[in-house]
Amino acid sequence: MTARRTVLEAAEIRRALTRIAHEVLERNKGADDLVLLGIPTRGVTLATRLGRRLTEIEGRPVPVGSLDATMYRDDLRRQPVRTIAPTELPDGGIDDKVVVLVDDVLFSGRTIRAALDALSDLGRPRAVRLAVLVDRGHRELPIRADHVGKNLPTSLSERVRVALEEVDGTDEVRIESDAAEVSA
Amino acid sequence: MRHLLSAADLDRAQAVTVLDVAEQMAATQRREIKKLPTLRGRTVVNLFFEDSTRTRISFEAAAKRLSADVINFSAKGSSVSKGESLKDTALTLEAMGADAVVVRHPASGAPHRLAHAGWTRGAVVNAGDGTHEHPTQALLDAFTMRRHLVENATGADLAGRRVALVGDVLHSRVARSNVLLLNTLGAHVVLVAPPTLLPVGVEGWPCEVSYDLDATLAGGHGDLDAVMMLRVQAERMNASYFPSVREYSRRYGLDARRVGLLPEHTVVMHPGPMNRGLEISADAADSPRSTIVEQVTNGVAVRMAVLYLLLAGARDLAPAGPPADEVALTEGVLP
Repeated sequence: MTARRTVLEAAEIRRALTRIAHEVLERNKGADDLVLLGIPTRGVTLATRLGRRLTEIEGRPVPVGSLDATMYRDDLRRQPVRTIAPTELPDGGIDDKVVVLVDDVLFSGRTIRAALDALSDLGRPRAVRLAVLVDRGHRELPIRADHVGKNLPTSLSERVRVALEEVDGTDEVRIESDAAEVSA
Repeated sequence: MRHLLSAADLDRAQAVTVLDVAEQMAATQRREIKKLPTLRGRTVVNLFFEDSTRTRISFEAAAKRLSADVINFSAKGSSVSKGESLKDTALTLEAMGADAVVVRHPASGAPHRLAHAGWTRGAVVNAGDGTHEHPTQALLDAFTMRRHLVENATGADLAGRRVALVGDVLHSRVARSNVLLLNTLGAHVVLVAPPTLLPVGVEGWPCEVSYDLDATLAGGHGDLDAVMMLRVQAERMNASYFPSVREYSRRYGLDARRVGLLPEHTVVMHPGPMNRGLEISADAADSPRSTIVEQVTNGVAVRMAVLYLLLAGARDLAPAGPPADEVALTEGVLP
């Protein structure tokens, strides 16, 4: 039996993204030189939404792209082969820009490590920041997020599933576990 | 996917995956820094028992762009010329820790033997065996066609496209692999050649056959989307297959007039090396419809995709290849 528990609903995801958008602008003192790069698959969807909010708030477009870090991962040999998603940098590139990486779940930190490596092959941003919808803990590397939608304490046996309208048809974050017990 | 020995090893989904991954690999090759760390620490051996420049350097570039170590082994000037068998060569490479062996061999079926005899644990990639198969060439040809002929190419196959393969089908491993792969991808293939240059059993291949190039180019088998000229392989011809070079060129060579018969969007392809003036004239080869140079560029991306898919994932999770006894080694008969 798989136990499921919804931890964020559509409205909460919307509010979290709006708050992150304001945080990003506050930290950056405006939208100057900002570039959002989503990490496929759902990070790209979140980056697109975040970009839309930043554009609404600032009244001018904020460039959004995608960054696939698959070929930079350190765990390729431990898993079945992964397909590769597109990396698309916005016009103007990332040199001397402030890049905000966007992902759905921050877990071990290995994806972000790979993304930082991928980024350094593509250019030299002035600064790199990290925005995630959910931080579920259990970091294996010294990496932390600058902007977090929700901190979600989990046990290692649980799985965090992020569903987004554009990809999955619905907006929801839920925790699944095979065991019946559900941790706080 | 454990090895890549035949274009027939790939089902539609796998073939489309290779093309999709190749699309992303091609994107990385337009960057300033083209090298990726993906296969760091892996060793790829290019084992070439037959002369080849373009295929070998294409595989070499692909492996190096993915940070694999590359060892080139060519039969000329090696222990093979002293009489070493394929088995002993393979055992040597295994002892050196080859993760992948890219093999080209004049004998049809040599890569199958290498993959299934238990001499090496590495992945085996067929880079051309005799007159049998050349699957990575077929993949790069399909990749080139998809880029030119299909909008929103990612995830798409070549359903409904019409491709003519023209010339020396008999000696062409490229033709055989292309027929198999294009058929898997849903394209419709017409072979155009003199009867002497068609293999025995061609009527059992999943394609049509024509002896008249002009009629086919003019739409005799429907509007063509791609025309691929095959090299006349004089080095494999031990008898005369056509009366004279001039007659062959007149009946089966692609020149500016014949290019003019084709629909506007049709691409002209050639796997190289070309015999200019024999199967293809200079103005056809250099025309804006020609994808011949692009095919070379695409070759690196496709081979990067193949090496990535064979080597990047965990070994024990990959499905096993087909058993050796299922493999037909007979020339002229499709497995």
